[in-house]
Amino acid sequence: MIVKTKFFGELEISDKDVLIFDEGLPGFQDMHRYAVINDGDNPYISYLQSLEKSNICFIMIPPVFALKDYDIEISDSTVKKLGIEKPEDVKLYAILTIPGSFKDATANLKAPIVVNVNNNKAVQEILDDERYSIRYRIVKESDV
Amino acid sequence: MLVLTRKKDEAVVIGDDIEIIISEISEDKVKIAIKAPKNVKIFRKELLAAVEDENLKSADMPDLDIDKLREAIKK
Repeated sequence: MIVKTKFFGELEISDKDVLIFDEGLPGFQDMHRYAVINDGDNPYISYLQSLEKSNICFIMIPPVFALKDYDIEISDSTVKKLGIEKPEDVKLYAILTIPGSFKDATANLKAPIVVNVNNNKAVQEILDDERYSIRYRIVKESDV
Repeated sequence: MLVLTRKKDEAVVIGDDIEIIISEISEDKVKIAIKAPKNVKIFRKELLAAVEDENLKSADMPDLDIDKLREAIKK
């Protein structure tokens, strides 16, 4: 299908790249279908483009890009809702926030996007885990 | 909205399988214990509000320069 995107104009999206969020995302509860678009130039970046509103698009990275020891426990509620059977079914993303300057970019490690790659069902899981922050800085001071 | 008064160690039952027990009361805090099926999501309300806020910010980056983003995200 042809999808109007926020950053790349119209793109051809295949059904296998469409995620279904039955509950929406917090703040966006009324939107349920998003396309995952992998960046053509940068292997770490993916876009979560709403199929219902073209101007809604999140930027995502693998959480392990931000924090290499990232490991989480997915709640039983999510395991059941997404029909997860084994660890390999799961793919994780962290949403980025970039407030003006790239050096202030942060990743939301507290509420990762959890996808079951077998059925493309997804949720934004809210972790009750003190180790992970909603705004984890991804650009180290030494890089600036 | 239902408003109930409970004392320490008293409980409230919601539906068939959720129980909330008042386990400790101090000046400006209560500690509660919740028994619920594993498929019921429970978290502090302010955390959900914080995630909503952050999502709204993440979706609102109208002037984002994708080329600069590609440069910024590297090992």
